[in-house]
Amino acid sequence: MTANRTTLRVALLVAPILLSLLITAVLVLAVGKDPIEVMTAILEGAFRNSNAIAGVVNFWIPLTFACLGLVITFTAGLWNIGVEGQMMMGAVFASWAARTIVLPTPLLIPIEIVLAMAGGAFWGVLVGVLRVRLGVNEIFGGVALNALASVIVIYLISGPWQPPEGGSAQSTPPFPAESLLPEMSPEFPVSLLALVLALVIILTVYFALRGTRWGLNLKATGKNPRSALLLGVPTTQTALSAFIVCGAIAGIGGAYRVLFTFDSLRPLPSGGIGFLGLLVVLMVANHPLIAPIVGFVFATILAGSTRLRVVLQLDQSLAEVLQGFVVLLVLMANGLRGRILSSPRSSPEVVQEQPAPTTVTSAAEAASHE
Amino acid sequence: MNEELLNILQTLVTSSSPLVIAALGETITERAGVVNLSLDGSITLAAAVGFIAAVGSGSTLIGILAAMLTGALVALIIVVADIELKQDQVAIGFVLTLLAASLAQFIGQSYTRVRGPELPFVSLTFLKDIPFLGPVFFTDHNPLVYVSFILVFATWWWMFRTRPGLALRAVGERPESAFARGTNVNRLRYIYTLVGGALVGLAGAAYSLSIKPGWTNPPAMRGDGWIALAIVIFGGWHPFRVVLGAYLFAGLRAISSAIQRSPDVQIPLVLINALPWLLMIGTLLLVSSGAIERLLRALPRSAQVWTRNILRSDPPAALGTRFEEH
Repeated sequence: MTANRTTLRVALLVAPILLSLLITAVLVLAVGKDPIEVMTAILEGAFRNSNAIAGVVNFWIPLTFACLGLVITFTAGLWNIGVEGQMMMGAVFASWAARTIVLPTPLLIPIEIVLAMAGGAFWGVLVGVLRVRLGVNEIFGGVALNALASVIVIYLISGPWQPPEGGSAQSTPPFPAESLLPEMSPEFPVSLLALVLALVIILTVYFALRGTRWGLNLKATGKNPRSALLLGVPTTQTALSAFIVCGAIAGIGGAYRVLFTFDSLRPLPSGGIGFLGLLVVLMVANHPLIAPIVGFVFATILAGSTRLRVVLQLDQSLAEVLQGFVVLLVLMANGLRGRILSSPRSSPEVVQEQPAPTTVTSAAEAASHE
Repeated sequence: MNEELLNILQTLVTSSSPLVIAALGETITERAGVVNLSLDGSITLAAAVGFIAAVGSGSTLIGILAAMLTGALVALIIVVADIELKQDQVAIGFVLTLLAASLAQFIGQSYTRVRGPELPFVSLTFLKDIPFLGPVFFTDHNPLVYVSFILVFATWWWMFRTRPGLALRAVGERPESAFARGTNVNRLRYIYTLVGGALVGLAGAAYSLSIKPGWTNPPAMRGDGWIALAIVIFGGWHPFRVVLGAYLFAGLRAISSAIQRSPDVQIPLVLINALPWLLMIGTLLLVSSGAIERLLRALPRSAQVWTRNILRSDPPAALGTRFEEH
């Protein structure tokens, strides 16, 4: 019986992924392209040489920041859709530092990162205050603040920070070289500092949630705010702190986009990575260590799909479609598993009551006929 | 009456009709206790599917039906995930928001800037001759605008004046009591989520077949789904107030873009772009922060009862919760 249940678990993990690949393949066929070619293009785009792999890592780093921040807000039971805007404000604050402050790289980078964290935290605390003090649902506050962050970015690009030759609304002029994150090597252009920082954040969040008072408060607030409050957990402060910390971490992700991926501020600097982070964290049920692993797969699809337009003249949104179906179907399969496992036929109590496993099915069937 | 003003108001009624239809659809769904968060994605996907179907068949009617079917299908996923699979409505709705928008972009890619059939403009005889109301509400609108008028009254009548409507509200407010009285709670939730979803799809068709005809990337209606969701809250889940909210919102948007076009007033573009979102936060603040409640308490007691009925904005008590029959 346990063997059957393991099979069921594996099947319900694999099936949604296969099914989403199948649906995506049908869509590709429908627009008259070959799914195998699409798959090859994505894999080539992600892994054809060390530069391409670096491209995957360069999506993975900001995605990981977004995911780890979101693990914190989800633990506190909060839907931080505003993460996208928090990344953008991190990017804006980092851009301000990069444009304004003149210092050697080793001194400037920490300032930029701290400012980016402040920017993200600022945008996070706005959502938080709207939610816990003024009663505006964090989903709507987040959506509005995302849009406002985007408006601010476009205003800066086409206004005060436009290039001297006139605003094209495409980007600010490139930042000075000293203000950018250095790359490991030209063959593998990834920022070692950001990579290390991402790993540090993963471990910090993991241990903060497992073994600190704050982590416990977050969990209590997320599980049942009312009883948490009665037990003496300062739920309001805890919720606000979750938004602040998430915003700060997401802000680093935004800084990475402008200080490494690009070399300037561009419209939508977060590029939907915050939303992708929400999908990843939903899919892994909020696990701080599995999120970066699944995040890597998603980063691969994202980075690989940049070749779809070049090779096959296909819109990159195909990658988002695939990712969306994977998450949707994984969540539905989780539900299906819960439904099957909790049905009287295969519930653990029934299994334990039976002396021999061979008789279980017939006995359970007999029981269900009574 | 000033001719120009009448024209502006007439355009306003046209351009706000998708918001009206989508917000009414969501009101119906949420009154039954289900949140369909996917509006921003499902309107977009319905618009794309509706447009493609209309181009393929040459018929706007088929486009409209395809769009409604799309909206209902997205809603069906949410309600199945909720009732049968015990998954969080908000989580599934959010995933569908993103998925539907990406799907729309993918299937729409070869239809950008393609010209397709559009809904005709119709005036209603007799009604169009009523002073003021005629030129604004009954002249030169696409048929879906008239559908939106009918929907407002039909929704109100169904919800507050019929027996099944009473059951609908009971299912969203007190599902246990409704169940005890013999109402099949989950079946009603299926029905009203699908009906609401179909209306959301209809709103998509109103965009792509008339108001913002065709398909563009990025889609022209992006963000309006979120606005519609906020309008439902602002409207206190009451059809009349929801419509008022939609018209107010569209009105302020129209005024701001008119100001932007006029040469004498210099308002920074950034403010115009930020306006809808500031407005969204502002209206939600108004209804959520207890400001209305405080205002009510300042009124004389005799006026409190009916003003509270008008301004009340409590969500359906069981909104977003799962009902399990035991």
